[in-house]
Amino acid sequence: MSESTDPAALEITGLRIEATAFPPGEKPRNIVLVQDVDLRVEKGKVLGLIGESGAGKSTIGLSAMAYGRGGVRISGGQILLNGRDIGTLGAVGLRGLRGAEVTYVAQSAAAAFNPALRLMDQVIEASLRHRLMTRTEAEARAVTLFGKLGLPNPETIGRRYPHQVSGGQLQRVMTAMALCPKPDLVVFDEPTTALDVTTQIDVLAAIKDAIRDTGVAALYITHDLAVVAQVSDDIMVLRGGKMVEYGTTQQIITAPKQDYTRALVSVRSIEHAEKPPADQPVLRVEGITARYPGVPLDVLKNITVSLSGGQTLAIVGESGSGKSTLARAITGLLPPLKGRMVFKDRALPARLADRDQEDLREIQMIYQMADVAMNPRQTVGTIVGRPLSLYFGMEGAQKQARILELLDAIEMGAGFIDRYPAELSGGQKQRVCIARALAAKPSLIICDEVTSALDPLVADGILRLLLDLQALEGVAYLFITHDIATVRAIADSIAVMHRGQVVRYGPKSQVLNPPFDDYTDLLLSSVPEMQTGWLESVRSARRIESAGN
Amino acid sequence: MLHPVVTLIAQRLALGILLLWAASVLIFVGTQILPGDVAQSILGQSATPTSLANLRQELGLNEPALTRYLSWLGNALQGDLGVALTNKQDIAQAMSKRLGNTLFLAFCAALISVPSAIILGLIAVRYQGRWPDKLISGVTLATVSVPEFLLAYILTFFLAVKLRLLVSLSTIHDSMSLGDKLYAIALPVLVLVLVVLGHMMRMTRAAILNVMQSPYIETAELKGLRPFWIIARHAFPNAIAPVVNVVMLNMAYLIVGVVVVEVVFVYPGMGQYLVDHVSKRDVPVVQACGLVFAAIYIGLNLLADVISILSNPRLRHPK
Repeated sequence: MSESTDPAALEITGLRIEATAFPPGEKPRNIVLVQDVDLRVEKGKVLGLIGESGAGKSTIGLSAMAYGRGGVRISGGQILLNGRDIGTLGAVGLRGLRGAEVTYVAQSAAAAFNPALRLMDQVIEASLRHRLMTRTEAEARAVTLFGKLGLPNPETIGRRYPHQVSGGQLQRVMTAMALCPKPDLVVFDEPTTALDVTTQIDVLAAIKDAIRDTGVAALYITHDLAVVAQVSDDIMVLRGGKMVEYGTTQQIITAPKQDYTRALVSVRSIEHAEKPPADQPVLRVEGITARYPGVPLDVLKNITVSLSGGQTLAIVGESGSGKSTLARAITGLLPPLKGRMVFKDRALPARLADRDQEDLREIQMIYQMADVAMNPRQTVGTIVGRPLSLYFGMEGAQKQARILELLDAIEMGAGFIDRYPAELSGGQKQRVCIARALAAKPSLIICDEVTSALDPLVADGILRLLLDLQALEGVAYLFITHDIATVRAIADSIAVMHRGQVVRYGPKSQVLNPPFDDYTDLLLSSVPEMQTGWLESVRSARRIESAGN
Repeated sequence: MLHPVVTLIAQRLALGILLLWAASVLIFVGTQILPGDVAQSILGQSATPTSLANLRQELGLNEPALTRYLSWLGNALQGDLGVALTNKQDIAQAMSKRLGNTLFLAFCAALISVPSAIILGLIAVRYQGRWPDKLISGVTLATVSVPEFLLAYILTFFLAVKLRLLVSLSTIHDSMSLGDKLYAIALPVLVLVLVVLGHMMRMTRAAILNVMQSPYIETAELKGLRPFWIIARHAFPNAIAPVVNVVMLNMAYLIVGVVVVEVVFVYPGMGQYLVDHVSKRDVPVVQACGLVFAAIYIGLNLLADVISILSNPRLRHPK
């Protein structure tokens, strides 16, 4: 944050951003999304914007392009790009700026690329339309960037369509697209959030190298402090649209001044002592092999795991490793080709249609996306009460009392009983889903990435709640996740999955401690650590390449 | 292994042929259960039991229905659609000229209406919610809502009677030059364009607006591209499938559904030919027309499917 007489790449003072909300049944009202934000990004420097969802990070990032999503408008403050006030530019002036002086890298490259056009045409489009270079020059620059970003076959990858390359590659192509017109500032909006952890570090390193080599200034937006610590010079912590703390990366992660920043730095501090396996497993999966109809490929290969009552088995792996398919097999949605499942000493029918009411009650599920797992037109009371009537025939006052008990168990009061899902926050929605699962008094709950869509502090609360409920109700969890930190926090035993196979399985203390097999080593070492320089050290120490390449 | 697109198109083709066969069965059965008797209607008042029996024998009406269906279908597959009962003319020959006329009219109408519908749709999206959008939507909705015969008479009244710019009689024949023919059919073409324009334009607008919600449109906006470029280059290619379906339905209408317009403008097309022979209970002609219409309808929808498949990059360029 050194002052200089040269104009900074980006300087924002007193930024205020508003939007109009249309709450159902009420008059439209004005809401303030961002206020009193000042920041400065020197040429060639990277500023990390960090905060939970709703903190206004993306809104601030897009304001550097004078762009507001939906009805969002910049209502106060000054935004200087290369010393020029962009708030005074009209629509035509802004068009000249976007895609030329300042460019954008979106979170989901898969959605941000036009499926109907070849990658090269999209990468060089801004350079051509702004008449910055000829087609030959632009294509040559794109190929150079593809190479610099470590993409395979840089000469020919541009001829492919977005669906023909992997998610990690697409994110790098998007970075090349942002760098192609030689901008002064790039806004990176959660560029690695949608990627697997092992792919994430490669993309992160590629982005970091590209920023350094091109000398471009960047705003790097993320919710993951450990990620931003690897790439940025300065960090601004945001909460509820306001600045909480602003300093150098080193200062923020080693000596945070504000309580909120300290909470972010120390997140995932849950300690859970591993329990020894019990004699009587609640679920035994024996040699399951499964494939999807019409696809001649084993998605699960000879899976054998078992889960003790009242304990947590974490299934961990990258996307495509088969962990959610295992859940589908256990719930009966995808009957396996081979193998069997034993639930409390009786064979569990493979097909959902063959299971009786008691089997269904005993195994419940909680999903990643809480808001699509609930009927938006039913109240919390109806949602939680449904299993009570279905499995126990409860009605009237008895049912009402039990619903209140359950709401109490998830630390939400009676006031929520008449609310609709749309009126709840992400964490509250997930709590209601937990209450619904608990209502059936199951012996096993399958948790499929239940904290992946939540902010770290909220996710922490959900994990604590799950552990408390386990101690209280003695329910077992089959916990599917890609996040090692979550696994550390709550698992008793762990199965690491890779390409449809269990590559490592055992008690937590054994699985997470050396000696490691190559894949587990890759997986564990890829989890970003909150220290500068981690990225460089881990990449040089790698034993195998990640699958996302 | 075959390219997936080839497999998909082959499946569509096979389905189309099956559908056409089913349509031929329906047409044959439908014409068999029409009230009245062909022999009776040909002979009219002068029918005697003996002459009726003779004529039935001559027309083969005493054969079982299945035999008659098979010989009809077999002949039709070889291009022989039979002979009209009323005037003993070869149907295939009489119809080919009529069909040519109808296709000429439909082609002219399509040549104007399809590009204008798409361009108007793009303009409506560009100025969504502003006056150009409202004007385009309002006018096209009005022309769709007015019955086509009324639209025909209104346009005839102003353009042919009052202003004397065009002619209200669209009879064409072989000796006319192309220019004369085009002049003669200008009014029916105009009516047909107005009838089908609104439908296609509104579908184009809706399909593109749907695509405009996609994240990649935001990417395009953040590249500082011009709004019309974004709509035409980024949104439209992803909206082709729904648009093509509606375009083909309207094309089919232009060919098989223009009876009223043909009658109003006395145009010697398929529609008039069909209406004439239905009123005379000329069953072979009705069957032949039905079969040709079904083939055109199915063919155009098949074409729409094929274009939709080809417009999908995931199918064109598999991983």
